Amino acid sequence: MKRKKTDITVAATGLNNVDNPGPGIPVIRGIKDSKEFNPRIIGLAYENLEPGIYMKELVDKSYHIPYPTAGSDVLIKRLEYIHGEEKINVLIPNFDAELYTFMKASGKLGEMGIKTFLPTLEQFEERHKANLNEFGKKYSLYVPYSKTVVSEREIKNFAEEYKYPIYVKGKFYDAYSAYDYDEAREAMNKIAAKWGFPVILQQYISGNEVNVVALGDGKGNMVGAVAMRKLYITDKGKAWAGVTLADRKLIELTEKVIGETSWRGGMELEIIKDKDGKYYLLEINPRLPAWVYLAVGAGQNLPEALVKLALGLNVEHYDKYEVGKIFIRYSYDMITDINEFEKLSLYAEL
Amino acid sequence: MFSKPKKTVMNLNKMVAISENGFVFDAETGDSYSLNPAGLNIIEMIKKHTPVEDIKNQILKEYEVTPETLDKSLDDFIWSLKGFNIVEKEED
Repeated sequence: MKRKKTDITVAATGLNNVDNPGPGIPVIRGIKDSKEFNPRIIGLAYENLEPGIYMKELVDKSYHIPYPTAGSDVLIKRLEYIHGEEKINVLIPNFDAELYTFMKASGKLGEMGIKTFLPTLEQFEERHKANLNEFGKKYSLYVPYSKTVVSEREIKNFAEEYKYPIYVKGKFYDAYSAYDYDEAREAMNKIAAKWGFPVILQQYISGNEVNVVALGDGKGNMVGAVAMRKLYITDKGKAWAGVTLADRKLIELTEKVIGETSWRGGMELEIIKDKDGKYYLLEINPRLPAWVYLAVGAGQNLPEALVKLALGLNVEHYDKYEVGKIFIRYSYDMITDINEFEKLSLYAEL
Repeated sequence: MFSKPKKTVMNLNKMVAISENGFVFDAETGDSYSLNPAGLNIIEMIKKHTPVEDIKNQILKEYEVTPETLDKSLDDFIWSLKGFNIVEKEED
């Protein structure tokens, strides 16, 4: 006899399924694939043209929410209204830049009956790109040397010590490789104009970039992890295609990071494997990445497991996945009506 | 007494999968390659731990190629296999 699925309402951000996609839609696809839940999906959007808003087969209803800069009080007020309409069980924020606000708001959300499963503030802060050197030291991991800078003058000193090429990175988003001073300065200005200072200069490590999506239960256990290598990278450095790998050491490294930090929630590790087989941790993104649906396709439904953790349910720990599974993104023109856009613009919901 | 000359045997990297069509996938790195039928034939022999000398003899039997040309081509091919980490190590 087939067990009846549990009705559940899940709200998710990150509906910007564009060329630099947010993880919202892949996370939602994982939850919709669940054999245990019958989800109603509420999209939380910042912009009118986030494609996920119009994907009716995936998102049942969407609401505008205020930008993180408005602060957690304004956010909570808006979510109170949405919760009144929708009775949200679980909320999954999917942007780095909004996580802090949601973490601050998580207590109040919990009181309202909206469950989240996010990293702690301490976990969130210590894995910041700007703190990578200390993170590496604390957990005995190889990391490229990184320096937080606030002016162009610091580029020359850094490059004298670490030689070009170097990486120039924004605190939250954007990364450029620079092969000389002019390129580094241009990258720094681009990032600073968009995201402001500080900017991070990072030593370049030569090797293969590999990525891991993983989920920690907050008690030091790894619920699941899937390793991937990008097969096609866009000019924004984002994976447009990727393949799952059988790299036991990479998974062990992920388990060590989750175990020692007691990581809570989804994460993505960006790692360089150098020619000697050493793994350098470049970044920890504190949420499931936009390629998480590859993990679902390879046998680990991490978005579903995240929902279960948020609800305090027992979670199956995944110890394997299919190697050689490939994801390939594509662009697709949806046709909608100006009335839809109008409704969203006027009433902030659709 | 003379000891029997040792024969060089190549080992395929355990993480490498090879399809019957000659598609090679390294599951650890995600790299993939395509082999032509002769390359696939050689890889199949390496997989069976056939010594390099015996591979050469077999290829000379099956293909129209001089021993000199084969020597050079096979050395180049094995060098590439090592470079791509498809062949792990040699045993004598």
